[in-house]
Amino acid sequence: MHTRRTLIALAALAAFATATPALAQEKSIVVSSTTSTQDSGLFGHILPMFKAKTGIDVKVVSQGTGQALDTGRRGDADVVFVHAKSQEEKFVADGFGVKRSPVMYNDFVLIGPKNDPAGAKGKDIVAGLKAIKDKSAPFISRGDRSGTHSAELALWKTAGIDIAKDKGAWYKEIGQGMGAALNTASASNSYVLTDRGTWLSFKNRGDLDIVVEGDNKLFNQYGVILVSPEKHKHVKKEFGQAFIDWLISAEGQKAITDYKINGQQLFFANATAPGA
Amino acid sequence: MPGDASALQLVLSADPALMGIVWLSLGVSLAAVGLATIVGLPIGALLALTRFPGRNACIVVLNALMGLPPVVVGLAVYLLLSRSGPLGSWGLLFTPKAMVIAQAILVTPIIAALARQTLEDLWVEYRDELAAMNVGPVGRISTLIWDARFSLVTALLAGFGRAAAEVGAVIIVGGNIDGFTRTMTTAIALETSKGDLPLAIGLGIVLIAIVVAVNALAWGVRRTGERFAG
Repeated sequence: MHTRRTLIALAALAAFATATPALAQEKSIVVSSTTSTQDSGLFGHILPMFKAKTGIDVKVVSQGTGQALDTGRRGDADVVFVHAKSQEEKFVADGFGVKRSPVMYNDFVLIGPKNDPAGAKGKDIVAGLKAIKDKSAPFISRGDRSGTHSAELALWKTAGIDIAKDKGAWYKEIGQGMGAALNTASASNSYVLTDRGTWLSFKNRGDLDIVVEGDNKLFNQYGVILVSPEKHKHVKKEFGQAFIDWLISAEGQKAITDYKINGQQLFFANATAPGA
Repeated sequence: MPGDASALQLVLSADPALMGIVWLSLGVSLAAVGLATIVGLPIGALLALTRFPGRNACIVVLNALMGLPPVVVGLAVYLLLSRSGPLGSWGLLFTPKAMVIAQAILVTPIIAALARQTLEDLWVEYRDELAAMNVGPVGRISTLIWDARFSLVTALLAGFGRAAAEVGAVIIVGGNIDGFTRTMTTAIALETSKGDLPLAIGLGIVLIAIVVAVNALAWGVRRTGERFAG
């Protein structure tokens, strides 16, 4: 019967197409990380070095920090590599992670239109945010529970502004990633908080530029955690631990420090800094 | 993918990363259409040929399922395949297999619904003849599917178009992992988020060209087949 033959051919095609990628799965781990590490190109720079040394393939799923931790909590990643210290400590305290190790920091920058309608330029971040709020200048918020979103909310609080109560039509939560937030800000000439790495590699800047930078309230610490093999039996603890050990080793720290875009260093390795 | 190259340069130089993405997109979408055909075609045929209470409701539901939101299907498959979900022990999340499953769920109603319509129209023509020849139900279904095979290609192409174009489901269950689960659509989403709009639109044009090529191939096969089939 011709029909049956066609169906068998289709089934064979389906089996072939789904079976082939399994070969590449042997020595690999899944790392759930943030859009900032992926989009800035850091992983593209350091992962080939790690693979050359250990032969371990690192598969990166990049999500917001909240979602990345959730992926680890569900056991869908072997390692989480994110930037929201209090959420990371809770993740470990709740038994989902083995131990948090600090790796590096980068910094946030406040981006805004070049003509700076709020007059935030040259101020520190607290005064800058107050100026935006006072002038009701358009501001784009990630609104997605990411590390950058948490940092933004904490900065409003530091500035003495209850953003949940005080936000008006000028404050828009888009519920998307960093790139989407920058695209939206670029299209609507709004202020937006971003990590410096994503900004430096971002191409659709339009009329936007850095308005506030260098304030130490804007530092952004990254930590790495092995997902608990006790909670999730299938976690590849040897490979995952090897990745963590390499990141915080002198070699891994140097690889992070060496990563530059247009001669500008993006991430500052600080695995040995106390309290990081 | 190298950030400073244009999509045209990537295509012309047959950039290996881009080729990997193109093959994965094609492989995943074709496998999904294959699975969806195996499941959807018999469903469509049964609905076309049988009469039972609630049949009309089934047809309405099937037609409505053609509009399944990819992101919802992606999320449902994610929850099923997650290590904390019921099928977690299969370890399929963030693999191309998970992407095939999600797309097959999206494509099955399209193939089933369009096949139902095609076969039912043909059934009106064939009914008396097949009844007179005393052909059993399996024989009827296979005769109809075989005689409608060139029209059914359109149903498969509609399914392929849906699979190749969607991003909501594959990005959730595949994770957009570089070199492993990154497809054309998730690469476009990624380049958009990096603000590299020219590269994103260039990749979009490449994707459209691939879909056109697949359709042209199917059209050619159909025309040749029709000529030989008389």
